[in-house]
Amino acid sequence: MTGILILIPIALGLGLLGLGAFFWSLRSGQFDDLDGAALRILIDDEGPDDD
Amino acid sequence: MNAPAPQASITALPETLFAVPGMRCAGCISKIETGLTQVPGIAAARVNFTAKRVVISHLPETTVPEIQRALAKLGFESQPLGDELAGISDESSRELLKAMAVAGFAMMNIMLLSVSVWSGATGGTKDLFHWLSALIALPTVAYSGRPFFRSAWAALKNRRTNMDVPISIGVALTTALSLHETFVSGPHAYFDGVVMLLFFLLTGRWLDSVMRDRARDGVSALLKHKAAGALVLADDGTSSWVNADALKSGMVMLVAAGERLAADGIVTKGRSQFDLSLLTGESAPVQVAPDDSVHAGTLNVDAPVEVKITAAGAATALADIARLMEDAGQSKSRYVRIADRAARYYAPAVHTLALLSFAGWMLAGAGWHQSLLIAVAVLIITCPCALGLAVPAAQIVTAGALMKKGILVKDGSALERLAEVDRALFDKTGTLTLGRPELVDRDRLPASAKPIALALARASRHPLSQALRRALEADGVAAADITDIREIAGQGVEALYGSERIRLERPDARSAGASLAVQFRQGDAPAIVLTFEDGMRPDAQSALHQLRALGIESSIVSGDRAEAVQPVARELSLTAQTAMQPQDKLDTISRLAAAGHKVLMIGDGLNDGPALAAGHASLAPASASDAGQNAADAVFMGDSLAPVAIAVRAARATQRIVRQNFVLAIGYNVIAVPMAIMGMVTPLIAALAMSGSSIIVVANALRLKGAAK
Repeated sequence: MTGILILIPIALGLGLLGLGAFFWSLRSGQFDDLDGAALRILIDDEGPDDD
Repeated sequence: MNAPAPQASITALPETLFAVPGMRCAGCISKIETGLTQVPGIAAARVNFTAKRVVISHLPETTVPEIQRALAKLGFESQPLGDELAGISDESSRELLKAMAVAGFAMMNIMLLSVSVWSGATGGTKDLFHWLSALIALPTVAYSGRPFFRSAWAALKNRRTNMDVPISIGVALTTALSLHETFVSGPHAYFDGVVMLLFFLLTGRWLDSVMRDRARDGVSALLKHKAAGALVLADDGTSSWVNADALKSGMVMLVAAGERLAADGIVTKGRSQFDLSLLTGESAPVQVAPDDSVHAGTLNVDAPVEVKITAAGAATALADIARLMEDAGQSKSRYVRIADRAARYYAPAVHTLALLSFAGWMLAGAGWHQSLLIAVAVLIITCPCALGLAVPAAQIVTAGALMKKGILVKDGSALERLAEVDRALFDKTGTLTLGRPELVDRDRLPASAKPIALALARASRHPLSQALRRALEADGVAAADITDIREIAGQGVEALYGSERIRLERPDARSAGASLAVQFRQGDAPAIVLTFEDGMRPDAQSALHQLRALGIESSIVSGDRAEAVQPVARELSLTAQTAMQPQDKLDTISRLAAAGHKVLMIGDGLNDGPALAAGHASLAPASASDAGQNAADAVFMGDSLAPVAIAVRAARATQRIVRQNFVLAIGYNVIAVPMAIMGMVTPLIAALAMSGSSIIVVANALRLKGAAK
């Protein structure tokens, strides 16, 4: 029983953490440009003016 | 390593939104973002690849044409987007996504607790778990249930009912009863069922909303915003760019060849030809001379002219068409979507059933508590979980498949209406035909002259030069080296090839049989006259055949003259009505509608706008006017007319799947409801039935992936 009392808050807390992270990412615009985000990792920005 | 998204740190500078439909790869993103920031006057550029847009923050004195030129230098065509388009972001989708995330979180955690109750937790543990479930479920219902409560309340206020009414009642009653059960430490609480129901329904809603957003972004990227402004000549002879909304009558616009008019006016200087096809459907350009009046939206084809504005903005001749369109759109907004039509029968049936089982068990002497429990079980098991997913899931899969084929469907109701059509009306210019001149006989030009002609054609923005360029480039001709290129306004282009004088010019009066022709002259050799005509869209013939096979009879409604329509009508063996005003097209549609037909309107011009809005469903090519694209239910890319038949077929396939899904959902109810009425449904069975039926319905909808063939 005491095990449950510790484990359940942990489980809920982790879930809430995930939910909070999702809301944060939504608000900071990470879902605004899904296709673009997939392409941006391909951009090499180590140009000559970038050292 | 990777390009981090530049943050919008410089907020003080004005921002302008541009649609850049041409970006296709990662290279384009970096090219635009780094290329633009090197332009003086531009502080930052941020690409949204999904929506094909760029937000550019720039100094206040940097003008729209300057930025467009900078983008053109990088190799991208762009169009400024108005603030009204920038304003509508994906707010509703985002709200739904948040509600869905909360419901999903709550569903998982409550399920975690419920599983242990189902597997035999008793006494204090069970009560604790029920209390915890209640603690999670109550805020979730309050937060995630809002879209349904709001919509149900709005429907009830207008004395109507929709799918959200049974959902809201079911959710509210079940939550209340479960709470009561928790208080009295009863054996069953349905918190898991309630939250799961919300999650599945929100998924359906969200899919529906995402589909609308995607299509809207796609269409707004296509919009040409041709009336964005004009170069206005000041009294002292200088000229400056004035946005369309700031144009006033009395101003003098400088309209270069290849530009569209931003306001109505009278020509004060210069002679040219104007293409009125977007406004009237007439394909041949019309001569204009000083003192002729010209209208906003028409295209100056030939030579620069000066136009004194007589009416701007809402006062232009376009305003009439806009008003007609607004009125014509009313009938479409009265269309009731299939899910809501189903709800009309479904909601009363469900409520009666729940009420009857309550009364039945009371009469059988089960006591009010037990009877209420069973009634609620009936409510929750019949809640249209699968029904709520059945329609949007099918429609978004089809919309995705169609999008890959270059057909943007604006929303789910468009697909439903598209499936019902049994009569098609085609506009001619720009719809059955390409709406742009095509070189008729490309072999008239000797092979040796082709590279020279291409080099000349590239030097001019005249539509016929552009048509010649397209034709020659399509043949794989490489341009020759020419020097001393001069464009003579209203006449043509001339240059030197080696020491030979070469010209591409308007034909001499005697050889000008056809209205669309240029002549090519090399040295002293006789001139070669090249004629152009507005070619038929590829696949027009087969698309019409396929429509016929689908039981849809087609005909032409055109604003053009009978002589111009006749060849097209004969080639496609269609009947045609000609010289029609926008109002006439509307009347034709309402006459057909009165005869019980569901009309599919396919058109592109401004003059088709009202008809597109009035048709039961409507399609417009991507080359259409903004008004046409806005009024149409779906927009198709490319030259081919085949998408018309594809769209109708896909819409019908979707409707078939939706109906199957309804049958599946009802079939599940036929099994589950008697069990619920007999009082055999526990929360475990409810959860299994709900998720099971939803998965089946979604899986069935996925079969539509290949629908766009």
